[in-house]
Amino acid sequence: MSEFLNQFKQLTATGYLFWVLAILALLSAIWVVTARNPIHSVLALIATFFCLSGHYILLNAQFLAAVNIIVYAGAIMVLFLFTIMFLNLRKEDEESKTNLTKMAAVVVGGLLMVMLITIFRAKSAQVPTFNPVSFDSRTGLVENLGNLLYSDYILPFELASVLFLVAMVGAVMLGRREAGDRHF
Amino acid sequence: MDLTVLLVKGLIILVIFGITLLIATYSTYAERKVAGFLQDRLGPNRAGPFGLLQPIADAGKMFFKEDFIPAQASKWLFILGPCLAMLTALMSSAVIPFGDSIRFGEYTIPMQAIEINIGVLYIFGVVSLGVYGIMVGGWASNNKFSLLGAIRAASQNISYEIALGLSLIAILMMTGSLSLRAIVEEQATFFEWNVFTQPLGFIIFLTCAFAECNRTPFDLPECETELVGGYHTEYSSMKLGFYLFAEYINMFVSSAFISSLYFGGYHYPFMNAVHDALTGSMGEITGHNIATAIGTVVFFAKIFFFIFFFMWVRWTIPRFRYDQLMNLGWKTLIPLSILNVVVTGAGLLYDIKYTTWLIVVVMVVLAVMSSARAPKSQAAPQRA
Repeated sequence: MSEFLNQFKQLTATGYLFWVLAILALLSAIWVVTARNPIHSVLALIATFFCLSGHYILLNAQFLAAVNIIVYAGAIMVLFLFTIMFLNLRKEDEESKTNLTKMAAVVVGGLLMVMLITIFRAKSAQVPTFNPVSFDSRTGLVENLGNLLYSDYILPFELASVLFLVAMVGAVMLGRREAGDRHF
Repeated sequence: MDLTVLLVKGLIILVIFGITLLIATYSTYAERKVAGFLQDRLGPNRAGPFGLLQPIADAGKMFFKEDFIPAQASKWLFILGPCLAMLTALMSSAVIPFGDSIRFGEYTIPMQAIEINIGVLYIFGVVSLGVYGIMVGGWASNNKFSLLGAIRAASQNISYEIALGLSLIAILMMTGSLSLRAIVEEQATFFEWNVFTQPLGFIIFLTCAFAECNRTPFDLPECETELVGGYHTEYSSMKLGFYLFAEYINMFVSSAFISSLYFGGYHYPFMNAVHDALTGSMGEITGHNIATAIGTVVFFAKIFFFIFFFMWVRWTIPRFRYDQLMNLGWKTLIPLSILNVVVTGAGLLYDIKYTTWLIVVVMVVLAVMSSARAPKSQAAPQRA
């Protein structure tokens, strides 16, 4: 215990920020799963995304932080909220909460946890520690990210954009009104 | 970072915060005065000289009204809604450069709350969060009309955000930076103001700014005739005040954003000559500071013009129908802004900055031709 306290005292301001953000992220992530009301769940998920953006900023990845907020918190979560408001899930929907689904959820969640722990403990995936010689504080800035994306990773980048285009066209095709359809 | 610099920085942040609130307060007064002027009446003129105390009287009225929470409403979310609206509105003015820089001693401090190299993305992120205030409030009210208003508002904001972002991309391509200060510095000479190099982008951006602020002609989320009062039907007292106030803050921030993105920010013609004359006659530091002050005044003049423009449009143009709004957003503005990006890129390839005028010219020609071809409407017979 005292060892932990000593370690805690030696933290820098960034270290404290990291711990606060990590605890907040975990708490709000737990709230996402445990909340009875789906709207509360979505709001907690938004809070989680904010904590993750805070972590990105701590890692000097400003661009990723901003894009995370814009895309996830600003667009995708709005659509989540939208759908939930339309579905009106307020009344307790007990049909979908049978013992079978609960068991399946526990098994899937447990498997995911085991897999993640294995990945983090794998020797080949160990993240190298901080090295002051090769450290560049500008790595995560938008200019460097853009240069990297458009030089080394041009093929995956373009493939991803083609995938998005296909998904968009597919969504439009599925949502299109056929000639004889009713208006809504 | 020195302690003095930190103190001055804190002072600047406080001043910007205060100015934002003050301007939003007096925008409510200005709105009613402009409405009075456009409708040929006087507007508020009882509270204080020229009715200048009217905003304070209104605030007092708001505070003393009954703060009502509907019985079946989800209480905390009902309170959270207006708070979120206010918070996101106030956050966005942090990255706007209000002036060049203040010098004292050996320090040079930019007139800006925070200078980050992703300023445009920051504003974009905050704007995209603004919709939560409306959605949470509308849903928590437990009222069909509020929910419908909230859903309308959300779909409108999401739809117009896309065109807003795409019209911005053309500017980012010309500047090569996401920092607002870099974008303003790029427009140092008068004919390089982005409104001259990006006329189409400016019009798209302006339209989308109107839609994002929920201002007429796009104020469908609070359309009284269809939705009682929209997302804030159930709100009263200062919670309603927060929603209304957030709209005025958004208007101020949008005006500041438009002026700094398209109208050169704190730049004005012959500003270098003025700067040189001032530093020559008053010494390096005082002259520079006074030149900065003049630039800031010019910037605020631009902002006030755009706030006036917002009001002018509100009291002139009627509301759109909802399907018209969606058609305009998805079928007109988004394709046009993509075309704008492509043409700007082609122009940059050959180092020509003014290529987007081509689209404007083509569009004007098409509009004139279609209006010339359209059957002449018959003059309505006049009654005696």
